[in-house]
Parts: sequence; C-alpha cells; structure tokens
Amino acid sequence: MLRKLLLGSLILPAMLALSGCNMVVLNPSGYIATQQRDIIVVSTILMLLIIVPVMILTALFAWKYRHGNRNAEYRPDWHHSTRLEVVIWSAPLAIIIALGAITWVSTHLLDPYRPLERVSATEAVTPQRKPLTVEVVSMNWKWLFIYPDQGIATVNELAAPVNTPIDFRITSSDLMNSFYIPALAGQIYSMAGMETRLHAVINKPGVYRGFSANYSGAGFSGMNFKFHGMSDADFKAWIEKVKKGGDDLSAPAYQSLARPSRDVPVHYYKSVAGNLYHDILNRCVGQSQACMDRMMPMHHGHQMESAGMGRTPDTSSGMDGHSPDMAKTAGSSSGVTAKD
Amino acid sequence: MFSNPDLWKFIFGRLTWQDVLPETIVFYTFFVVAAGGVVVLAGITYFRKWGYLWDEWITSIDHKKIGVMYIILGLIMFVRGFSDALMMRAQQAIAFGANQGYLPPHHYDQIFTAHGVIMIFFAAMPLITGLMNFVVPLQIGARDVAFPFLNNFSFWMTAAGAVIVMISLFLGEFAQTGWLAYPPLSELAYSPGTGVDYYIWGLQVAGLGTLLSGVNLVATIIKMRAPGMSMMKMPVFTWTALCTNILIVAAFPVLTAVLALLSLDRYVGTHFFTNTAGGDQMMYVNLIWIWGHPEVYILILPCFGVYSEVVSTFCGKRLFGYASMVYATIVITILSYLVWLHHFFTMGSGASVNSFFGITTMIISIPTGAKIFNWLFTMYKGRIRFELPMMWTVAFMLTFVIGGMTGVMLAVPPADFVLHNSLFLIAHFHNVIIGGVLFGIFAAINYWFPKAFGFRLDPFWGKVSFWLWVPGFYLAFMPLYALGLMGITRRLNHFDDPSLQIWFVIAACGAVMIAGGILAMFIQFGVSIMKREALRDVTGDLWDARTLEWSTSSPPPEYNFAFTPIVYDHDAWWDMKTRGYVRPQDGFRPVHMPRNTGTGAILAGLAVGFAFGMIWYMWWLAALSFLAMVVVAIAHTFNYNRDYSIPAEAVALKEGERTALLARHA
Repeated sequence: MLRKLLLGSLILPAMLALSGCNMVVLNPSGYIATQQRDIIVVSTILMLLIIVPVMILTALFAWKYRHGNRNAEYRPDWHHSTRLEVVIWSAPLAIIIALGAITWVSTHLLDPYRPLERVSATEAVTPQRKPLTVEVVSMNWKWLFIYPDQGIATVNELAAPVNTPIDFRITSSDLMNSFYIPALAGQIYSMAGMETRLHAVINKPGVYRGFSANYSGAGFSGMNFKFHGMSDADFKAWIEKVKKGGDDLSAPAYQSLARPSRDVPVHYYKSVAGNLYHDILNRCVGQSQACMDRMMPMHHGHQMESAGMGRTPDTSSGMDGHSPDMAKTAGSSSGVTAKD
Repeated sequence: MFSNPDLWKFIFGRLTWQDVLPETIVFYTFFVVAAGGVVVLAGITYFRKWGYLWDEWITSIDHKKIGVMYIILGLIMFVRGFSDALMMRAQQAIAFGANQGYLPPHHYDQIFTAHGVIMIFFAAMPLITGLMNFVVPLQIGARDVAFPFLNNFSFWMTAAGAVIVMISLFLGEFAQTGWLAYPPLSELAYSPGTGVDYYIWGLQVAGLGTLLSGVNLVATIIKMRAPGMSMMKMPVFTWTALCTNILIVAAFPVLTAVLALLSLDRYVGTHFFTNTAGGDQMMYVNLIWIWGHPEVYILILPCFGVYSEVVSTFCGKRLFGYASMVYATIVITILSYLVWLHHFFTMGSGASVNSFFGITTMIISIPTGAKIFNWLFTMYKGRIRFELPMMWTVAFMLTFVIGGMTGVMLAVPPADFVLHNSLFLIAHFHNVIIGGVLFGIFAAINYWFPKAFGFRLDPFWGKVSFWLWVPGFYLAFMPLYALGLMGITRRLNHFDDPSLQIWFVIAACGAVMIAGGILAMFIQFGVSIMKREALRDVTGDLWDARTLEWSTSSPPPEYNFAFTPIVYDHDAWWDMKTRGYVRPQDGFRPVHMPRNTGTGAILAGLAVGFAFGMIWYMWWLAALSFLAMVVVAIAHTFNYNRDYSIPAEAVALKEGERTALLARHA
C-alpha cells in the first residue's frame, strides 16, 4: 500500500502536467499497460537521480570556470582522483543494479506469453472467468480477428468484455506488422508462418485505438482499427450483431480478402471455415496438402508433434526450442521457441 | 537472331522510359541538380581545373586530402538527407483528416527510407571516416596511413555507393522498406521494383570501402605510432578511432553477408528470408542488427574522442581520468556486440532472453556515464574558453544525457513494448545521433578546420549556426517524445486525429530552424574563405592545443612531420611545449612518399557500372564492368612506379620558409 501511495504521488504530478493532451501510454486502461506505464515512470525517476545533478553541474562548471572568471581556481595539472573515479563508476552502477533488478522481474512478470494471474491490482483471475481467445491476422493492409469460441470473425474491429483475460494468437498473411493497442498492452510483431502471443485485459469500457506499429508498405498508414472494451452484456449483444450482419468467411472469401487493399472499412463474418487460422498460419489456405506443419516433418524426416498448432492452448509456449528446424516452421510457431 | 524487343531488353534490361524521372517533384529536383551540375562542370572546364582536380585530389593518396574529400562528400549527402527530412516533416504537418498531404505513399515511403540510409551510410559515416583519416596519422606522428592507395580506393568506393543511391532519384525508384529493408517486405514478391536493388548495391559498394578503410586505420594505429607513444599514451581520439575501426572490421562483413543473402533471395530465388520454403525473416533481423548496433557505436565513439580533445584543449587542462576514459571506450566496444536484440524485444523472444539483452544495454550506460563525468571533471578547475568547439561540447553534454536517459528507458523490455517503433523511439535516436554524433562533428570541423586549411572558421556565422541548431533540435524532437507517449507510431504518412497536428507543426518549425542552422554553416564556410587572410593562423597551434597534430604547420606539409616526433607523455605536444621544444633548423633528410594513382577512382567508377547493370538486369554491363575491375586491379599490381622521395633540400626549403614565417609573427 505504501508502495502504491508513493508511486501514486510520483505519477500524479506527471499526469496533471500532461492532462489536456491524450498521453495514452501514460494513462492506459488495461492492467498490463498500466504496469508497463509504472515501469516507465520508475525508470525515469531512477535515472533523473543522476541526470539532473549532471546537467546542473555542467551548467555550473561551465559558468564558474569560464575564462573570464579570474577568481576561480585553475589547476591545469589536476587530472586524477581515485575517490572521484570510484564515485563516477559506482553511482551509475548502483542505479543500473536497481534498474536491472526491476528489468529482470518485470520482464518475466509482463512477458506477453505469460497467462494472466490477475485482471487488476485487486482482482485475481478466477477459474470461472474463461479467457477470451482471439486469433489475429495482419493482412495487406487490414486486421482480421477470428473468435474461435464464438465462431465469428471481424475486419478492423475488435471487442472484448472488460476484466476478462484475452489470449491473442497473432500471425500475418504476408508482411511483418506489429499488433498494438496502446491503452490495452504493449505491442508484439505479427509474422507470416509464425505465431506470437499476447495476454492482456481491458479494465474500463470504452473505444480505443489499435493499429500496426511496424511499417509494412503502401497501405500501412490506414491499418487502424477500433478496440471496444465492453460489459459482458454489451459483448454478447455485439456478437449477436456480428452474427446477424455478417458473411461467411470461407477459404475463397479469405483469399479475396487477402488481396491488398487500403483503408478498409469494418466488416463482419458470421461464420469462419473450420481450420482457417491454422491454414493461414501454415500458409496453405485452400490447399490443405501444402501446409507447412505437414511439409516440414516430411522434409526433415523426423516427427513434429506440434502439427496443428495454434488451436490448443499451451502447446506452443511449452515447446522445446533447441532444434534449429523449429524456428522455420509454423508448427513451432512462437517466437519464443524460435529464439530461446 | 534477336527480334527488336529482345534486343532492347538485352541492352537495357528492365529499364524503360517510364523509369526516367517518374515523379513530378523529382522532375524539378532533377532540373535543379542538373543545372547545378552543369554550372560546376562548366566552371571547372572554364577555369581549366580538370587537371588540377585529377592530379591534386582525385588521384591523391594523401590522407589529409582524402579526409577532406570524405567530409565534403558527407556534407553534400547530409544536405540531401536533410531535404528528405524537411519533406517528411512537411507531409506529417499537413496530412490530417481529409488532407492526404502532398506525398503519396509510394513517394513518402521512399523518402523516409532514403533519409535513414543516406544519413547513416553517406552522411555520418563519411564525416566520421573523414575525420579519422585526417586526424589520426597527424595525431600519432605518422606521415600517412599504412596503405595509402587502399585509402584512396576506400574513399572512391564510398563515393560510388553514394552515386548509386543518387541515381535512384532520377532512374527508377529507391527502396520503400525502411532503412534496414526487413524482409519479407524487401523480398522480390513484395518489392519487385529496382528500389531494394539500389539499396543493396549502394550499400555493398560503399560497405566495401568502409571495411577497407577500417583495416587501414587499425593497421595505421597499431603499427605507425611515433616512437615512445605506447598504447596508454595515445590521444583519446586515436583510442576511440582504434575501437571504432575494430568495430568496423568486425561488423561490416556481417552487413555484407546479410545483404548478399538477401540478393540471392531476390536474384536467384533462394529462400533465406522468404515466408515460404523454410525462409526465416527473424534471421535477417538478427543479422542486420548484429551489424546495426555496433554501427551506432562506430559513429559515436570517435565523437566521444572529439569531445575529449576539445574539452582538455579549451579548459587548458589535462583530461581528467585518461585511463578510465580508455577503459570506458574498450568496455563500450565489447558490450556493443552484446545488445543487438534490444532493437526487437517485440519479436516474441522469451523473458530471459529479453532481460539479458535489456540489462547488457543498461550496462553500456555505466562507461558512458563515466565518460560524461570525466568531461565534467576536466571542466572543474579549468579555465574554459568558449570557442565554437567548446560550445558544441557543452550543448552535447546537456543534450546527450537526455537521449541516454530515454535510451535506458527503451532498454527495459516492458517499457519498450509500449514505446517501440513509436515517435518516442525516433526522438530518442535523433537525440543521441544529432546531440552526440552531429554536434561532435560540428565541434570537430570547427576545431580542426584551421589545421586543414591554415585559417579558422568565422566565429560569428558559426555562432548563428549553433544558436539555430541547438534550439531547433529541441523544437523538432521534443514534440516527438510527447507524440510517442500518445501512442503515435513512426513512418505514418497520414493521421486521423486532428488534435495531434499542433505537435507536428511545432516539429516542422524546429526542422526549419535546423535548416537555418545548416544554411548558416555553409555561409560560415563561404565567409571564412573570403576573409581567410584575416582569419589566418601562422602558428599551426591556434588553440594552444595538446596533441601532435598541432606541432606541425597549418596546413601541414605533404610529409606531415620533417622529423618523426618522439613522445614521452600524454598530450605529447603540450609536453614538448612545456619542456621548451625548439624546432630543428637543419639536418633534414629526404622523405619517402607514396605516389598518386588513379586506379582507385577507376575501380570505383567500374563498380558503379557493375551495380547499375545488376540493378537494371543489364547483365552484359554487369559482366563487363566486373571483368574490367578484375583486369584493372591485376594491372595495378604491375605498377612499380609507386613511390618517390622528397629531397632533403626541398624539405629544408619548406621548413625554412616556416621558420621565417614564425619569426615574422613572433
């Protein structure tokens, strides 16, 4: 509690100073992004401890020891002081030790692959609260969101109930993009033939900005979407709306959607072809024989148990990533296993 | 045998009339550049300067002239890169809501790619290499670099790379991929035009020059120091140059290799980085940053050296903590290889990998912080003369710490997840590259210009430039920090939210101020040349400086030192002055010198032909140029007329003139 109060007292003035312009990174609405904001604030304060004195001393010395000031002491041969050397190496070292500890802990706690344990500072995840799974596909140049449990899909519109853990599985049709909703959580790259993951939660109902944060060619500037944080009832109603107003996302429909297009309006799909996300991830939509997860074991002549990934939870994150073949396949799918 | 279209295709590859001057804006640019070029060429012809240019500059293997040519190349390309920046700022300041701005994505995307590529490879690199080329041999008491011909060849290869990139402005297009050309966007499937090929061959040709100049300077510093100058008595600038060139030698082959793999993907259909057939784009991103992160230190380390020389000279005081400065430089050199992954924490590496690279990145700030403190305590109890180099140094110290702070913030992975690729990142790296590298280059130009030309730069216009640059920088980049915290990402050519516009307008104003600063700098050069008699320095030691380059005349004779100096302490020239050094008046001996050669310029010209052939699929041109390069290179090995001696009498005459000059002004 004391820690929270202290943090609050430090953040508050910064927030006041910035009120008026919408600094979403410093004033987010999701628990993950809020913790990421706290880390920005803490690391800034830690570094100001050394930056501010350095700037003041620079200005002070520049003024005091100016050529015209003959009252100032002049010691042309003074060039060493063991005591000072110890200070100038150990002061930054102390700060980096503190920051390094924060980094180690927070990087593990806020690992986007780590399932949430809490949905807010006060509320833990309960078994009753089933996470919402969303499969995200960045396309040229729009976002496709598939809701496997609801059996629907949307283009350039995303919705989720508040205080519910969201489990994003992210891939790309062709180019590398970055899936980013600043109010919700930090970004992660989307790459074709690979799956990255993000766990997050939105705590306040509202409409938030989402976009690609990695340049991907001519239509990149229009790759925006709205992310709606909703109450459970509103989310149910939204699903009904999608189901009522939508088309069917079959393999041919996906292929026509995959043609490059810019500034694409919101579109709803009331049904999604069975293995569509798997086939997108394995780059074989409409040609099931050519799936990467089937090709790779044939090429390399050893068993890949991960075939058919991206559907069942926790298979991708628990994989052994030491085989060099893994990095190349959609089967191993996650960037974590690819590089660990 | 060939029907007509086939013949056309054979000769011109994929070049057609549509590729010539494809954009209206480019059309006007072409006319300005072409008109300027015609005036310059006509001027050279009218004043009959072609012979002079060829004999004294193009074929010169004098490290001082090559250094100057590198800096001229860097400044020209800096202006090109800056025009790109102005165009981007203008686009982002107006493209809101219904207004799409004046640049379509096709053009805008080329501009931000070209801006990054040109500023790093063809502005910053030549400026840094030029400085090292000019200063290092003088500072260590050498007569030239270890391999003088290689030095000339390196310069012309860098210039050839710049020419290749400039051709893309008028023929075809430049890459629309961002400055590191990540696949799969840079693969043939998504970038079928010539842009990425211009990028690849421009960098390959220039990269070869950079690598060879790195080898050259490492050999020079290791083998050619004046007697008595042990490693721990080397000037700090030479130390930083050594570390930078070691980085170049270790890092640039990685760039060459990764671009070669990308070319194989594009030209012969391999699958190193494609989406299909087992290609892995993550491999490219890792490899390019294994080069790219050391590259950042390649640029900044020599500038740290510049600040060290400037601070101790203008504070009239020996550098505080020389040994810790040297060790800090070495630690930074080593650590710069252990941090590359911090450029893509968001690619999905595990928490332990991300933490490791985050923490190694932070550790770099310890030696960097120590350096800042060392400069600070050199000022302490000094007697500071605020000449232009010192002004730039103080501006650097105040500006760079802010960039350092935001850099450490970006090194914390959870913070990076929300700041990565945002305008906050853009603000950060401009904060360190402008506030660190560019301010250092301006300090260096003002500091060593009198050494190179014998007269100093006009301080009034220099101050005008300074006072436009420094506030202009803050105005241009502080709004970008704010925009980054608003979650605005980089490389956008259009925005929906009108409330953001004011920030971009402020940033554009900053860019205009910087433009004024650049203009003032060129006026400063012009005014200084016109007033050179009033600004002349006959002593050779204008700043009452400390290192060996100030012991010879300004400009130095082609042999640099009539006698090789003998070094007893740090700050060798200061030591000589305090011990009452007297210039030798006689006993001169002949000086053995390398002879000029045009081979470097010819080889580089052929490299442009080869690259052009590869880019446009004119295979005959590529093959012929490559063959010609091999033939010229072999033929050059039969050139035995490589050196000559300056007779002792000529040296005596030159040194005698200087003695008389010094006596007149004593």
